[in-house]
Amino acid sequence: MTGDIARLDAAFAAARAENRAALIGYLPAGFPDVDTGVRAMTAMLEGGCDAVEVGLPHSDPVLDGPVIQTADDIALRGGLRIKDVIRTVGEVQSRAAAPVLCMTYWNPVDRYGPERFAEDLAAAGGAGCILPDLPVEEAGPWRRAADKHGLATVFVVAPSSREQRLAAITAAGSGFVYAASLMGVTGTRESVGREAKDLVRRTRATEAVRAGLPVCVGLGVSTAAQAAEVAGFADGVIVGSAFVKRLLDAGDDREAGVAGVRALAGELAEGVRRRG
Amino acid sequence: MPNDFFIPDPAGQVPTAEGYFGAYGGKFIPEALRAAVDEVAVAYEKAKGDDAFVAELNDLLVHYTGRPSPLTEVPRFAEQAGGARVFLKREDLNHTGSHKINNVLGQALLTRRMGKTRVIAETGAGQHGVATATACALLGLDCTVYMGEVDTERQALNVARMRMLGAEVVPVRSGSRTLKDAINEAFRDWVANVEHTHYLFGTVAGPHPFPALVRDFHRVIGIEARQQLLDRTGRMPDAAVACVGGGSNAIGLFHAFLPHPAVRLVGCEPAGHGLTSGEHAATLSLGDPGILHGSRSYVLQDEDGQITEPYSISAGLDYPGVGPEHAYLKDAGRAEYRAVTDDEAMQALRLLSRSEGIIPAIESAHALAGALAVGRELGPDGLIVVNLSGRGDKDMDTAARYFGLYDAEEADR
Repeated sequence: MTGDIARLDAAFAAARAENRAALIGYLPAGFPDVDTGVRAMTAMLEGGCDAVEVGLPHSDPVLDGPVIQTADDIALRGGLRIKDVIRTVGEVQSRAAAPVLCMTYWNPVDRYGPERFAEDLAAAGGAGCILPDLPVEEAGPWRRAADKHGLATVFVVAPSSREQRLAAITAAGSGFVYAASLMGVTGTRESVGREAKDLVRRTRATEAVRAGLPVCVGLGVSTAAQAAEVAGFADGVIVGSAFVKRLLDAGDDREAGVAGVRALAGELAEGVRRRG
Repeated sequence: MPNDFFIPDPAGQVPTAEGYFGAYGGKFIPEALRAAVDEVAVAYEKAKGDDAFVAELNDLLVHYTGRPSPLTEVPRFAEQAGGARVFLKREDLNHTGSHKINNVLGQALLTRRMGKTRVIAETGAGQHGVATATACALLGLDCTVYMGEVDTERQALNVARMRMLGAEVVPVRSGSRTLKDAINEAFRDWVANVEHTHYLFGTVAGPHPFPALVRDFHRVIGIEARQQLLDRTGRMPDAAVACVGGGSNAIGLFHAFLPHPAVRLVGCEPAGHGLTSGEHAATLSLGDPGILHGSRSYVLQDEDGQITEPYSISAGLDYPGVGPEHAYLKDAGRAEYRAVTDDEAMQALRLLSRSEGIIPAIESAHALAGALAVGRELGPDGLIVVNLSGRGDKDMDTAARYFGLYDAEEADR
């Protein structure tokens, strides 16, 4: 079975047809447990997200702030394995019929085997993978496996990226390019900095983006107002920690947590439609 | 001895331009850090060819650090080493009490050249943190040191030293609350503050160029030791022995002997409660290739690529990774790595203290225990040089608890 990159492309096309940005939600698999995670991600899509990123928690999440670190920790202490992450991708995809990506650090994929991981992710109906600590220069084995199995490879650009690297990164990527709104780790912020808009402007100047690769902004976006602001200059808005926080705040009340995720997705979906 | 203590590797054959030692190394870093890491590489390439930089560093190494460090023969200790002659390279006598200062002074000068005003560092035992706090005080740089909470407790003296020197010490409460987690937290700080902050990495791990850069600043250890041994004994040693956590003091000692294949290079890893106990940090003995903290090397990990929590009585060796050049030397068969338990290290610590009047750091005691075993293998004709990478003052609380020194009767045994 081949991966679902086409469904990801279709989701961006549909948002564009509505003259709005796409909304992408993130939650780690296995948090607070595998089944609740599946329900929360499904709720996210039903609430208004156009795509979902399933996090594969890592023991050493150097790019994540305290909120996602806590969620990863809960998932791993609960005994989460890679096969559970793959199952999560499959269940969410089949329940919501939406593009489902995986986001993780490189070592779990390297250890599992890039070819095997791509094969299993594609078989579960995954649309692609985001590997923020895998630079383009080291990505050859993964990209070959991803291409073979019909998966998108989403690379990250940062405010510190110079033009030459923006060109190289966007040329190597597929699905979309993830523009980090600021220099820092994941987590909610009071405001979206000016850096984000400038980075998107510079990224749009690259050949790959001019040819149609969508630019999505993530890091620090948590409210409908911020989503609306980012939707004004980007093709997509990515929200992670704010969703995790809804589940964390609900504690043992799983139903309230899932409801909170659904409600936030609704608010953010309204935000990305506010523009124009 | 020439008055040149900073001597970058003239061979320049490893690593490759991409930072690879064979299959190991590289730059597995987020895009946000790419520019900063490349800036360090460019600044270092320029600096090492700049006479003013080299002269300033050499001057500090002589008049501030106290180089060259002595080479001390330890015959009473060597009686337990099969009669082989044993010499200690006394990095414990450097200013701040360990080898760490060699690298720190180099990178601190580099920080100033890059126009950065703030330094961050990770530390395990606190020796790298103390050295970094020291250099920052000397050069007027802001300093923040990340240290696992477990380590702030077992190395409380070094926490006080860092704070006395004006550094901010941040206890890290995530993960295993040891060195690995301190490095994670330092990377998080660096991503957010990279514009004015240099991450003064303390070992020969991390993304390129750190493994090569940190090694170059420590090569002086082996270069001095080789010459001192030749002057004293007229020959090369049969073995050069050092402890390995991340591997900086070991690579510093080993490098001068690499071109001499008859010299055995022996790295001593922490076996903790034993290799079969599940509580150890013997990365090269029991790990597998993987990526941790920006480079590919041996890593202690499970089958899903999650990093395993390490254990060692020694805070400085309590790390589930190791520098990529060690991984390369292991696979190439050029260096050998053996595991030393907590108990073996502590016995060696006491033996050196009582036979020679030198109290080593628990880290260095792992090398001493390894030297005892290597000496017995070599026999009476053997000649061994051991890197005594640090002094043991910081470890007195751990040692006192281990040996019951707070209880006079117990202590007399």
